[in-house]
Amino acid sequence: MKRDFPVIFERSRSGRRGTRPPRPPEVDLAGLLGAENLRSAPPRLPEVDELTVVRHYTNLSRRQVGVDTNFYPLGSCTMKYNPRVNEAAAALFTELHPYQDPETAQGALQIMYELQEYLAEITGMDAVTLQPAAGAHGELTGMLLIRVYHESRGEGEQRRVVLVPDSAHGSNPATASMAGYQVREVPSGPDGEVDLDALRAALGPEVAAIMLTNPNTLGLFERKILELIDAAHYQGVQLYYDGANLNAIMGWARPGDMGFDVVHLNLHKTFSTPHGGGGPGSGPVGAKAHLAPFLPVPTVKREGERYVLDFDRPQTIGRMRSFYGNFAVMVRAYTYIRMLGAEGLKKASAMAVLNANYLRKKLAEVGYKIPYDRLCKHEFIAQPPEGLKALDVAKALLDYGYHPPTVYFPLIVKEAMMIEPTETESKETLDEYVEVMAEIARRGLEDPEWIAHTPYHTPVRRLDEVAANRKPVLRWRPEEG
Amino acid sequence: MNIPEDRRYTASHEWAKPEGNLIVVGISDFAQDSLGDVVFVELPEVGREVEAGEAVAVVESVKTASDIYAPVAGTVVEVNEALADEPELVNGDPYNAGWLFKIEPADASAYEKLLDAAGYAKVVEEES
Repeated sequence: MKRDFPVIFERSRSGRRGTRPPRPPEVDLAGLLGAENLRSAPPRLPEVDELTVVRHYTNLSRRQVGVDTNFYPLGSCTMKYNPRVNEAAAALFTELHPYQDPETAQGALQIMYELQEYLAEITGMDAVTLQPAAGAHGELTGMLLIRVYHESRGEGEQRRVVLVPDSAHGSNPATASMAGYQVREVPSGPDGEVDLDALRAALGPEVAAIMLTNPNTLGLFERKILELIDAAHYQGVQLYYDGANLNAIMGWARPGDMGFDVVHLNLHKTFSTPHGGGGPGSGPVGAKAHLAPFLPVPTVKREGERYVLDFDRPQTIGRMRSFYGNFAVMVRAYTYIRMLGAEGLKKASAMAVLNANYLRKKLAEVGYKIPYDRLCKHEFIAQPPEGLKALDVAKALLDYGYHPPTVYFPLIVKEAMMIEPTETESKETLDEYVEVMAEIARRGLEDPEWIAHTPYHTPVRRLDEVAANRKPVLRWRPEEG
Repeated sequence: MNIPEDRRYTASHEWAKPEGNLIVVGISDFAQDSLGDVVFVELPEVGREVEAGEAVAVVESVKTASDIYAPVAGTVVEVNEALADEPELVNGDPYNAGWLFKIEPADASAYEKLLDAAGYAKVVEEES
C-alpha cells in the first residue's frame, strides 16, 4: 500500500542513531529472566537521527485537528480546553515509581485521597475508587459492584437483566453484557426522555440495574428522574449513572441526590485532561455506602497525618487495574478542580449549557433542524436541512478548519449531529462556526457535487470507511511496507 | 423499495420466509438501505432458543449497529456462515444470499401473524 506519509519505521536507515544509550552492566540475564525469555534477535526498532524524529512527529501533529488548533464540538466527548497548568502539575511527578514505599510518596497519596473526596462530593457519593483507566472500564467496575451486591443478598441468580434506554451510549449495553447481564432496551418518549410507563412495565424481580445518563444523549435533562428512581428502587433495582455528561450539571445537581447508587466519571472529559488520541483516560467510580465495601483494592485512606493504601477490604471485587490507575491523569484533574474551586466548577457547567443553547438557537436560524427544540444542557442534536446528509456536512466542516460533530448518534435520531461546544469557547468562535455551518448548508444545497466530495484541503480526503471496517489493517508490517 | 410478496415481515424490518418446516430470517431492502454499507454481522449460536421479539443478531454498518429481532419463537438451527467473509451480501442481496438465520418455530402458526407485504409497505411509508 502506497502512503503519502511514511511511518517512522520506513524512515529507518541501518546504523543511524540520535542518541547513545549507556552500556548496561554485565549481568546474567538468562539467570535473572530465564533463558526462554531472552530475544534471539534484536527488536526491529526504527534507526533514525534526532532531527528526523522531530520532523516526523511535528509534521504528523500538523496533519491533525485538535482542540489546541481548532474548535472541536464533538458531542458526548467534552473536548474542552486542557489548561497548561495541569501539565505543569503532572510534570512534578514524573520521577514517581509505583513500587516505591508509600511512606516516600505521601504527596501523591494525598492527591489521590483528596481527589476521591472531591469526586465523592461533586457526585453525592459515599466512596470513590480512582482505579479504572477510562469511562467504559469505570462502567464495568460499577456494574460488577452491582452484581456482587445482588449476590451478597442472595439475589444474584434472580436478577439477570439490565435496562438501558434506546438513546444510551453504546458502551452501556456493551458493559452490561460484559458484566454477564442480558440487556433490555427501554424506549424514549416523544419528548426525548425515558418513557416512564414503558420503564415501569419493564421493571421486575429479574432486573438488576438501570443504566442512565442525565442529561441524556439528546442533551435533555430527565425531568422525571426522581419518580423513575423511586419506582426502580421499590423493586430492588440499582441505578447506574453514566457520568459522560456530568459537564452539564457540576455543582448544580448530584447523581447521588437524584438517587443513583453508582456513578462513573470521565476525568478526561469533565475534568479537562487530554483525550481523543486513544488515552490515557481515567474513569473513577463513586458508590453509595451499601456498595462501598465492594470497591476495588487498594483505595487511599487517611490515618491521622499519614495516607495509606488500604488493601483490607474483604468484600472487594478485586483489582480492576495494575497499580493505582492512571495517576498522571488524576493529578491533572485534581489541579483543574483546585484551580476552579466549587464556584468555578459550577460556572463551567453553566457556561457549557449557555454555549450549547446559544448554538442550538443560532443553528436553527440558519436552517438546521432541531428535533427536540427545548432548553438543552451541555449538548444538543441538530439535523442538516432537508436534502443534506450529516456525513457530508461533517466532511465539509473539515475544509473550513472545524472538527465535525458526532454524527449518526444517538441512534434514535436520523441524520443526527450531536454538538457539544463546551464552556471554553468564546462567543466569537461560536458565531464563526454558525456562519460556516450556514455557508455549508447553502453551498451544499446549491451544489450537491461539491459537498459529496468534500473535504478538498485536508491531508487525506474521503476515507474508504467500508474497507476500513471490513478489512481493518491495524499495524504496519515490514513485508507490506 | 423492493418488498417481495412471497414472505412476511415485522415492524422492526426483518423478513421471514417459510422453507419446509423452518423460517428463514433476514432484513428488508429498506432496512439495508437505511443502515448503509454493512461491515459486520453477529449471528446467534445454533441451538439457541429464542422468544419472538428477542434481540438475537446484530448488523453493524459504517453508520450504526442495529439489533435484529427473532420474528417468531423457536430454535435457531442454522446461520448464514457466508456473512462472516461477505457481510456486503446483506446490502447486495438482502432477500436471498443475504439471509441471516433459520428458526425452527415453536408454533407453526406464529408466521401467519406477521405483516404481509402490503402491511409492511405501510410501515416503510410511515418511516421514510
